[in-house]
Amino acid sequence: MNKDEAFRLHRQMLLIRRFEERCAQLYVEGKIGGFLHLYIGQEAVGVGAISTMRKDDYLIAYYRDHGYSIARGTDIRPLLAELCGKATGISRGKGGSMHFYDMPLGNFGGDGIVAGHLPIAAGIGYGIRLRGTDQVCLCFFGDGAVHEGAFHEALNVSALWNLPVVYIIENNRYGMGTSLDRASAVKDLYLKASSYNIPSCEVNGMDIMAMRGAVEEAVNLARKEKRPTLIEAETYRYRGHSMSDPGKYRSKEEVEEMMRHDPILKFGKWLVEKGYATQAGLDSLDKEVIAEVDEAQKFTEQSPDPSPESLFEDVYVKTPYINLPGVSSDPAWAAAVEHDRIPEKYPPFVPPKPAAAKVEA
Amino acid sequence: MSVITMREALNQALREEMARDQNVFLLGEEVGAYQGAYKITQGLLQEFGEWRVRDTPIAEEAIAGVACGAAFIGLRPIAEMMTFNFALLALDIIVNHAAKYRYMSGGQMRCPMVMRGPSGAAAQVAAQHSQAFESWYTNIPGLVVVMPSTPKDAKGLLKAAIRDDNPVIFMENEVLYNIKGEVPEGDYFIPLGSSDVKREGKDLTIVAWSRSVVTAMEAAKRLAADGIEAEIVDPRTLRPLDDQPIFDSVRKTNRCIVVEEGWRIAGFGAEIADRVQRECFDALDAPVLRVTSADVPMPYAKTLEKAYLPQPEKIVEAAKRVLYR
Repeated sequence: MNKDEAFRLHRQMLLIRRFEERCAQLYVEGKIGGFLHLYIGQEAVGVGAISTMRKDDYLIAYYRDHGYSIARGTDIRPLLAELCGKATGISRGKGGSMHFYDMPLGNFGGDGIVAGHLPIAAGIGYGIRLRGTDQVCLCFFGDGAVHEGAFHEALNVSALWNLPVVYIIENNRYGMGTSLDRASAVKDLYLKASSYNIPSCEVNGMDIMAMRGAVEEAVNLARKEKRPTLIEAETYRYRGHSMSDPGKYRSKEEVEEMMRHDPILKFGKWLVEKGYATQAGLDSLDKEVIAEVDEAQKFTEQSPDPSPESLFEDVYVKTPYINLPGVSSDPAWAAAVEHDRIPEKYPPFVPPKPAAAKVEA
Repeated sequence: MSVITMREALNQALREEMARDQNVFLLGEEVGAYQGAYKITQGLLQEFGEWRVRDTPIAEEAIAGVACGAAFIGLRPIAEMMTFNFALLALDIIVNHAAKYRYMSGGQMRCPMVMRGPSGAAAQVAAQHSQAFESWYTNIPGLVVVMPSTPKDAKGLLKAAIRDDNPVIFMENEVLYNIKGEVPEGDYFIPLGSSDVKREGKDLTIVAWSRSVVTAMEAAKRLAADGIEAEIVDPRTLRPLDDQPIFDSVRKTNRCIVVEEGWRIAGFGAEIADRVQRECFDALDAPVLRVTSADVPMPYAKTLEKAYLPQPEKIVEAAKRVLYR
């Protein structure tokens, strides 16, 4: 990995961390509602994996989804606005924390049903095969998802039809409050791929380089040989399952032990050792990232709430195959439009003071 | 016009749309090599190849999920459910994903898929294979629910469903697959959400869809022998519902009964009765009555099965009640 790329990935992980910390704060202040599942501790998985994607590839994920959107390059302003239920949110205030999408970036979200999106990932893979392109689809889910029937149905057809999908288990050891030991007869989840003759591996999800290497190999296999892979990323979430979870099912010592393997600290250290960055530079990068989150918060605070009229929008697509005059007493049909909405673009974030974290050659 | 069966009409619609648009593909249990469990997909594998006519394992969640995912990236999948009884295993994909991604993404996505297959009772296949599930799907915003009763409607509506960009639940009926009817020559479609008056009459309105239209037609014949002329309105699409033709008919006849193969409690007929009482209150000369299946699981024995389903004589009896005869 070259310096620029390494630095970019480090910045992404840091941005996710600071974004998530701000989310926790805004949740406590009552500005974010509903369920809030933070990605803190797991950043290397999403950032490492998504760094291997080509621009025209696809990704679909589960509800702990903030990190994927940030890693894929979605502006954090509409993301934070979505969390605060604003009209400028990436999903116009209709999705919330669990439903971040970005169609121009091939990001299919944010799915709130455990394993529900796995057969959909297979369908994206099937569509790619049918069109005959060499795109791939990355599909992220938690360790809890492997016990659902959908996981097994999706893996079976992906292997049977040679679909270019990389399935990534983020094994953070707990499905909500139930530890893997209490949920799975088989402790090594990657072994489940052998039932479907799918190549699989286990990787340290706290190590971004390892993560990136494993996913790169799987992406190549999908792109060139149209074969799926199952990757088990061993990771850990520092916070509870969601904000309402105090995490009493695990010891303080266990959490502290895992935090010693923090993916961001570890990679920062590597950057300094390698001569790619200085510690002072990394500190200044942190300030820059916090400023970006500050700006997103300002953007959110200045954004309007969704208008009541938008309630009925975005349910249906208006097409010539519907008798609209006959059904427009239904407000969802009256509000239907022909086009899809594309997330609004804002001028790029400009850091207040130029950061010189990177060691210039 | 040519006279063909509903089975042939559906097969023609599939073949014509697959030939017209290479994004259209079909998947499901036994749709290919077996030529379709009910032969709706006969000949299509030979014509379009395995990637466009995909035999699947018995895995309904995968069938619906693959359709849904392919639709999200712009293809036009048609997922065949061998029957809608088995579609319960795919319900999460339909209700939580296909119906909701457009809304949850703030209008960024669309899901141009069709899920089709027979629903309702066949003959003596008992409780797990004889269920009319339309009220389950009509309850979900984001879905379109279509239930044709004639070969012409079946072909025209299926073609519209395939071309439309919303997720469409297309419910056929096994008992209707062999009925024959006139179908226009050449390419045509019938817009989704358009009701059709299947029989004109001045004395009462019968609202019925799918197989119940056939039952209502038989009842109307018997009523005509008694000098009573029933008008039969077939919504054809339950969601969205083109309700104006129903109101127009009730304002003319002043009486209305609704016939459905589903169960009475929370059945779709209750929605129609609700709209009719609200919009046509002053025109009604009698309460709106409903003829439904019995509120029990479908039994096996022939005599019990007959007692369970809406029959022409039950419709005649209801008609006479609203006419106070």
